[in-house]
Amino acid sequence: MRSDRSPLALKLAAFGGLLFLHLPILLIFLYAFTTEERSYQFPPPGLTTKWFAVAWFDRPDIWPPLYLSLKVAAISTVMALILGTFCAAAMSRARFFGRDQITLLVLLPIALPGVITGMSLRSAFGVMDIPFSTWTIVLGHATFCIVIVYNNAVARFRRLSGGILEASADLGANSFQTFRHVLLPNLGSALLAGGMLAFALSFDEVIVTTFTAGQQSTLPIWMLNELVRPRQRPVTNVVAIVVFAATFLPILAAYYLTRGGSETAGMGK
Amino acid sequence: MSGAVLPARGPGDRLTGLFWRRPWLLLLLLIAPPLLWLGVVYMGSLAALLLQSFYSIDEFSGIVVPEFTLKTYAELFRAQNLDIILRTVTMAAAVTLACAALAFPIAYFAARYAKGPWKAAFYLGVMLPLWSSYLVKVYAWKLILAKEGILGWAAERTHTGFVIDGLLSIPGLQGSSLSTSPIGTFLVFVYIWLPYMILPMQAALERVPQSMLEASADLGATSRQTFRSVILPLALPGVVAGSIFTFSLTLGDYIIPQIIGNSANFIGMAVYQLQGTAGNIPLAAAFAVVPIGIMLVYLWLAKRAGAFDAL
Repeated sequence: MRSDRSPLALKLAAFGGLLFLHLPILLIFLYAFTTEERSYQFPPPGLTTKWFAVAWFDRPDIWPPLYLSLKVAAISTVMALILGTFCAAAMSRARFFGRDQITLLVLLPIALPGVITGMSLRSAFGVMDIPFSTWTIVLGHATFCIVIVYNNAVARFRRLSGGILEASADLGANSFQTFRHVLLPNLGSALLAGGMLAFALSFDEVIVTTFTAGQQSTLPIWMLNELVRPRQRPVTNVVAIVVFAATFLPILAAYYLTRGGSETAGMGK
Repeated sequence: MSGAVLPARGPGDRLTGLFWRRPWLLLLLLIAPPLLWLGVVYMGSLAALLLQSFYSIDEFSGIVVPEFTLKTYAELFRAQNLDIILRTVTMAAAVTLACAALAFPIAYFAARYAKGPWKAAFYLGVMLPLWSSYLVKVYAWKLILAKEGILGWAAERTHTGFVIDGLLSIPGLQGSSLSTSPIGTFLVFVYIWLPYMILPMQAALERVPQSMLEASADLGATSRQTFRSVILPLALPGVVAGSIFTFSLTLGDYIIPQIIGNSANFIGMAVYQLQGTAGNIPLAAAFAVVPIGIMLVYLWLAKRAGAFDAL
């Protein structure tokens, strides 16, 4: 009979693994307060909060990338919400020829390395002479965000009994009323979770973006440039905290929204 | 049939009637926009990539010659390019093995022993690093691995600096600090892709039925034997699924080796540099086809090994 207590070595390895996953991120917070701006000296020679003020007042180069990132993430999320929900609705409705192929097609932009998606879009823009703009970035982001919304929506559709849609129709509601009063309240939290995850993913994306942005700079691209050619390193940490919060909070919220029954909230980033 | 029993109250009702009589119409309306988007934007782009990889670049003018040729693919077989491919595949294989070894205890503990709030904590504990900002995570490791960073400090305090120096003097892994050595690149790859290995592994382990473990014990197997001949084979599909992620993601990544490592080229970096500064889009496209090809072979092997039947 298997004992219900875990071996000590296993416990240590498991918790050690979790610590390994979490500790590095804490350092980002510590280094935002260091007084040393030229190197990554540890322990920091002194602590200060001035970098938050510096980032806010003295670094106008942070704002345009931030706006662009917010704009791209917002538009991509809306597009992914529409396309992903439509796709999930269709897939949950019927079994038809080519269904598996469509699932694969939705998954592909996430399953293949970002460099392939990025390079593909870059070649397509090249072939068709499309100049880089906000929309070329959105094109890439919306494509890989669809699967996030789709995964969340399809899980909810699966749990939703078809009976309530029939009941709604029997009570005289047309398709649009059923959608507004029955389907949407039931899908709501799953779509909200999917939308937030898509937003977090888009806000943070860098690999595909470097291929589709041309000379434009999103916040992750700004960060990447700071990593390669640093100036005022702690300011990069302040921005990193902002990026971390902008992705961390939606993920946590999405987890609580889809908890219970559906474990698909973040499956397959 | 005259449609609804009640009189139609507007266009909404009439459309509902139409959808009722022709269910495929609604299906078509729903599936068309996402299918068109993915078909045109994504598959179209992939086609453009393939197309460009069969073009070549005029060596004197640097202009892309839009004529079919295999010359660009032949260039992949130059020693320096083969070197890049070999280095990337080796790194991907090493990262996958390390991820599997590190992920197993976490996945095993979470699947078999964690209960109630601990289960949720483990799930979130894997999920949050998976989703939190990629660049922030890479940056955190830059802070850790830098010469004056926390690892160096800890080594100095515990007088174990010789371990790091020893690692850094191994031929092929040299660097002035861990952050400029391939060891650093490897560590960061393992860190970033680890959650992708844990989740499918845990899912596979959770599907191992309790009754099988009891049957194994009833038949006289020790816990070690049960682990080796029951749990491990049943968990294998999860390991393979996870390895597909870690392998494929490492093959295509170009940010990590650019920030942490000795600036030796990887496939992703080659693609990025060729399409950017070098302006050689055909060769960049051909390089991007390489990971697709490798992944297809990998998936085929995994399928032949029966990894998908058990999923």
